Amino acid sequence: MPDFSIDIQNLSKTFGPVKALDDVSFQVEKSEIFGLIGPDGSGKTSLFRILTSLLLPDSGMATMEGYDVVKSYKIIRQITGYMPGRFSLYYDLTVEENLAFFATIFGTTIKENYDLIKDIYIQIEPFKNRRAGNLSGGMKQKLALSCALIHKPKVLVLDEPTTGVDAVSRKEFWEMLKKLKQQDITIIVSTPYMDEASLCDHVALIQKGKILSIETPANIRNAFSHPLYKIAYPDMYRLLTTLRTFSEAVSAHRFGDSIHVALKTRTGEKEVRSFLEEQGLKDVALEPVRPNIEDCFMDLMNDTHD
Amino acid sequence: MTDKPIIKVVNLVKKFGNFVANDHLNFNVYEGEIFGFLGANGAGKTTAIRILCGLSHPTSGELEVAGFDVYKQSEQIKKNIGYMSQKFSLYENLTLRENIRFYAGIYGLSKKEINIRMDNLLENLHIGHLRDQLIGSLPLGWKQKLAFSVAIFHQPKIVFLDEPTGGVDPITRRQFWDMIYQAAKDGITIFVTTHYMDEAEYCDRVSIMVDGRIEALDSPAGLKQHYHAENMDEVFLKLARAS
Repeated sequence: MPDFSIDIQNLSKTFGPVKALDDVSFQVEKSEIFGLIGPDGSGKTSLFRILTSLLLPDSGMATMEGYDVVKSYKIIRQITGYMPGRFSLYYDLTVEENLAFFATIFGTTIKENYDLIKDIYIQIEPFKNRRAGNLSGGMKQKLALSCALIHKPKVLVLDEPTTGVDAVSRKEFWEMLKKLKQQDITIIVSTPYMDEASLCDHVALIQKGKILSIETPANIRNAFSHPLYKIAYPDMYRLLTTLRTFSEAVSAHRFGDSIHVALKTRTGEKEVRSFLEEQGLKDVALEPVRPNIEDCFMDLMNDTHD
Repeated sequence: MTDKPIIKVVNLVKKFGNFVANDHLNFNVYEGEIFGFLGANGAGKTTAIRILCGLSHPTSGELEVAGFDVYKQSEQIKKNIGYMSQKFSLYENLTLRENIRFYAGIYGLSKKEINIRMDNLLENLHIGHLRDQLIGSLPLGWKQKLAFSVAIFHQPKIVFLDEPTGGVDPITRRQFWDMIYQAAKDGITIFVTTHYMDEAEYCDRVSIMVDGRIEALDSPAGLKQHYHAENMDEVFLKLARAS
């Protein structure tokens, strides 16, 4: 039996009529990056709050590093670093004061665990006397991560750490996560960015409190069952609305400078082309394309989306 | 999209003490255009948007928005634009109908006009059943789509969208862009910021700000060609990381 860092068994949580978590079970291996991908309101935050002992489940159980998140909540809080979705540092304290505050609460000092945060903190150290409220988005996020790490946690729980963060800072953030993983820290992270999913070891797609699929990013992509084509035309909006009326198409979604069309059967290029030509769209650029995580997620979501 | 500028910016400078947030910005936005305003966190986008919306005065420069001067006619500018962001959209503890009445009332629409447009809106989006629901009880995707509808309810000439799709699921994100296209087709100029680089591809033209300056401004195809990049993500990384 493999050695799990996080073990979740049949977890459910309701808020009035809303089923935030509906019989959720999965395991996270030691020192892996586990991604929880799902839209707003899918239950990610409720799950993270239960794991960090801030919310009690209605039923089911969960352990982190072998400790029950309900019974052993004191130990759970010692071994967990939590970065909530909303920036949760003290705006009127400086960068350094925030970090010192979190260190003190966990009975440690900045000095003692400086090695762990060095790579990250060094980037915001020039601003250590600036109030946290006056930092840019990317810097706030680095400070929040430093504060979550300062007590050397075994498990890092990151709730949408990159929402509202620019593309460059997002890449830097994921480079930091990879380094932390090598220091034997287990990371469970949620994100609405599908490109980040491909950087995880395993990914769970969650919607309306239910896990749709848990796989490696490669397997999620391999499981996509429809033939997929990439199409481009100068008037993209017209191409999109036309493709949506094509009876052989399962879906048509914009992807940057082209449109991805999933087909019901392997009818192939010819039929798509002749349909578009009938509609007056000639000489479209068309080629088969390998589905990415976003294609797969939208396909899984399609049944339930309203 | 026409060749008539609806936003004219000449040598816009904004300083906070010694800090130069906007360093001689020059650009036009044309009527009916979807204009992407990109940049890293802290590059100066929000500062420029606040100035264009008439909420903050520039230190120097000449600016015209919807035909009005930002120094002397900021009230007229506010009447002719719409605004939404991820942070500020609708009032959570009002219903959809109350939010619409509130916003449309601020813009001086008559009761009769509000009711006609509200019925149209609810019908177009097939959401008659949501009319009396509290906004706070709706999923983020719906809130953002409704916030956009409310932002253009008074039929402004320009709508400013500040990270409208942050944190939204991929299907809703695309539905949101369908709404943007529809609004642009109806003649509303779109000024939009985003951190999703695939969305940069959906704009007619894109500007990229780095450290208070506009480093690049062109169509997505033009930018990709110029920077020898496969996609807008690469263009952005080349520009923003070089700083």
